[in-house]
Amino acid sequence: MAEMTLHQLTRLLRECAGEEEGVDLEGDVLDTPFTDLGYDSLAVLQAAGLIEREFGISLPDETIAEATTPRLLLAFVNESPSAAA
Amino acid sequence: MTDSRTEPPVFTGMGVAAPNGLGTEAWWRATLEGRSGIAPVTRFDASGYPATLAGEVPGFDPKRHIPSRLLPQTDHMTRLALTAAEEALTDAKADPEQLPEFAVGVVTAASAGGFEFGQRELQALRSQGGQYVSAYQSFAWFYAVNTGQISIRHGLRGPSGVLVTEQAGGLDVVAQARRQLRRGSRMMVTGGVDGAICPWGWTAQLSGGRLSTVADPARAYLPFSGAARGHVPGEGGAILVLEDAGAARERGARVYGRLSGYASTFDPEPGREGEPGLRRAAELALDEAGLAPREIDVVFADAAGLPEPDRQEAAAIGRVFGPHGVPVTAPKTMTGRLAAGGAALDLGAALLTLRHAVIPPTVNVARPADEYALDLVTAARPGPVRAALVLARGQGGFNAAVVVTQ
Amino acid sequence: MNRRVAITGIGVVAPGGGGGTEAFWSLLSEGRTATRAISLFDAASFRSRIAAEVDFDAAAAGLTPQQVRRMDRAAQFAVVSAREAVLDSGLDTGALDPHRVGVTIGSAVGATTGLDVEYDVVSDGGARWHVDHEYAVPHLFGYFVPSSFAAEVAWAVHAQGPTALVSTGCTSGLDAVGHAVELIREGSADVMIAGATDAPISPISVACFDAIKATTPRNDDAEHASRPFDRTRNGFVLGEGSAVFVLEELENARARGAHVYAEIAGFASRSNAYHMTGLRPDGAEMAEAITVALDEARIDAAEVDYVNAHGSGTKQNDRHETAAFKRSLGHHAYRTPVSSVKSMIGHSLGAIGSLEIAASALAMEHGLIPPTANLHEPDPECDLDYTPLVAREARVDTVLSVGSGFGGFQSAMVLTRPERRPAS
Repeated sequence: MAEMTLHQLTRLLRECAGEEEGVDLEGDVLDTPFTDLGYDSLAVLQAAGLIEREFGISLPDETIAEATTPRLLLAFVNESPSAAA
Repeated sequence: MTDSRTEPPVFTGMGVAAPNGLGTEAWWRATLEGRSGIAPVTRFDASGYPATLAGEVPGFDPKRHIPSRLLPQTDHMTRLALTAAEEALTDAKADPEQLPEFAVGVVTAASAGGFEFGQRELQALRSQGGQYVSAYQSFAWFYAVNTGQISIRHGLRGPSGVLVTEQAGGLDVVAQARRQLRRGSRMMVTGGVDGAICPWGWTAQLSGGRLSTVADPARAYLPFSGAARGHVPGEGGAILVLEDAGAARERGARVYGRLSGYASTFDPEPGREGEPGLRRAAELALDEAGLAPREIDVVFADAAGLPEPDRQEAAAIGRVFGPHGVPVTAPKTMTGRLAAGGAALDLGAALLTLRHAVIPPTVNVARPADEYALDLVTAARPGPVRAALVLARGQGGFNAAVVVTQ
Repeated sequence: MNRRVAITGIGVVAPGGGGGTEAFWSLLSEGRTATRAISLFDAASFRSRIAAEVDFDAAAAGLTPQQVRRMDRAAQFAVVSAREAVLDSGLDTGALDPHRVGVTIGSAVGATTGLDVEYDVVSDGGARWHVDHEYAVPHLFGYFVPSSFAAEVAWAVHAQGPTALVSTGCTSGLDAVGHAVELIREGSADVMIAGATDAPISPISVACFDAIKATTPRNDDAEHASRPFDRTRNGFVLGEGSAVFVLEELENARARGAHVYAEIAGFASRSNAYHMTGLRPDGAEMAEAITVALDEARIDAAEVDYVNAHGSGTKQNDRHETAAFKRSLGHHAYRTPVSSVKSMIGHSLGAIGSLEIAASALAMEHGLIPPTANLHEPDPECDLDYTPLVAREARVDTVLSVGSGFGGFQSAMVLTRPERRPAS
């Protein structure tokens, strides 16, 4: 499976958790905390669940808790061994 | 000096999502004109089911009414509830932030929760597996969801609650809101908005044995008529703002009417002799309001639309008011029965009847069956209305009655 | 007229032991746990596969085949515990004016288990969105609208007074009893059969808590999986059960010589208006509910002998609650024993509030504070006396029981001995 991109992540967040008013997800949000983007822990969990299924990977609980920005989450996703691989 | 805690509380705000109008104004206009919102189901393909009609709220665009972040985590009926709650608080010109912390609470009625949301998640679970179930399932379907979401959206930190008494809930919650006002809250957001127009909800309602299978919208739901064949289900309801009378006066709020009396009763268990509890509920509510039957100007009926419960209700009204003793109306003939939202919408109609001095009609029923001896209002009837009685019955034996006065 | 409300009967259906109040109390007083691998369905594919299950035999519990067929498991629990409560109270419900007897039953998730099973049938295993109504059971409507639970209990006890189901998530069990107390105080009823039930151990409930990682994945150590206030806690354990009470106007109860377990002297609830599942770390709303409930009871923080905590065993709950106790009880929070019975019987959602009221009343009855099981290494941020591992003998005259639920609900109830409160 190819690496997940920021664009894919924001699209997925929008799809499964909506979009906060006044937040530009197309901007430079790689290091913006999810909470500042309007996403609470449930939104991140919902997105993580979707990523796990789409990419066939498993993200440990602690990983999800530590992934407080898009950059961190993408790193965890792209470093995790794919179930398909 | 009167103690505002013993003075009846007042209704100061109203928000409506009804099958014959979204928003109080559109709904009330349609209601007085006798325009029905009952039509073939559009929310899913109902052609394979014995019942094919519903009352669906028109012109509701979730993207326009609900913030994007809330969309993935809300059932359709919660979105309608949030829309009605916002209208009610705006109508009351109430700014909860100006009130003391913990002064405003929320009590709503529920019946089946966010059932359509629940169906989607059950389908994901059963067809794909547990890991496909949404993180929002833990609350999006449950009975407390509307109260929770309304309190969060408007920052209402007072005492909150949720009651389930099937169709009687829309009145029971208003009484619960009154209890909280007596205990010190200033304002309560209450009422009910409901709906389960999805295949799974349809199947569950069909199993209740009370849905009409008539396909003609003008002939499907005919309470108190000789041709009564069940009811049409609908979605929507009303959210009302109930306020301590003194607090409302202090801020110069515009008042729809007073909550003067309430009672709830439960029918004898099946197989046990005894009169159903509806008459007792009506009499207890009148007693509490300190009104004689002749002082009631209109009764909003529960109007089950089946011979046995219609007969029971007509008998209860007859015993309290005498034959043809009071104008009786059922504007829900234009919306269908809205589960936990129905009685709340009737209460809204009763309040507007007080304000506008006109009783909304019961549609499609040319005249009630003679045996019921009812003065059924079949065309909008102008005239002063000082006090109205609203009746509601929930399947299983629940009865509730509310008296509102000018 | 100032009407006061007494608990005169208790009925329990709980995990562990043979069911009934006695088995429940022996489990709690001995600090045993009833958490185990899920046996009610095949949970192999789920993240959390542990629950505290009731070994329930409906026929042995006195239900007829018709009752068993039409009622969801949760409704069955409620009817069985309501009967036990009435028996325990010594009330002859047949001799009462049925109009003066009401019912309030709490439930967070209603017939979710029955609905899960029936959905599977009508959808053919989730294959069809347009489910086949011809395969639906006739009692599906009773599952659809859970007010049927309250109706079943009303039928069982011949009640014709105010009857309702209260559904405020995981505070339902406190709120249903609080609601009943109000109805007696205001004069709408003289006797209330009040309590709560839930039977949520089903694939859909397990899946939805898996999705938000609220339940513990400690699957290899089911017996010790529920660990409130412990540093190693990582989620709650799902439970099931029911507790129902006979509540009576105190003077009536005294006049007939009834045994009074406790007076329910104060109750309050508040909302956090913050998040459907999240908690504000400062515990302000729960603290406010506690303060108002104590005020109503005219009881000082210093007089509370035992705090029956919500103590679910999630990271955020136990800290939130500890903050709320400190905020409302001040320095007394440090000297008052606290415990969570969820460490032993799991978290039965809407039912647990009533099971905890039962535990509180029984603690007063027996002069024994049930422990928090599995608490070996306290979380440094949870620094109160949580009565670890072993029950503690103590005179218990006043108990504070609290709950917290999805939707932002925070509730608090004060139980005391009626003679401790002067007539007003």
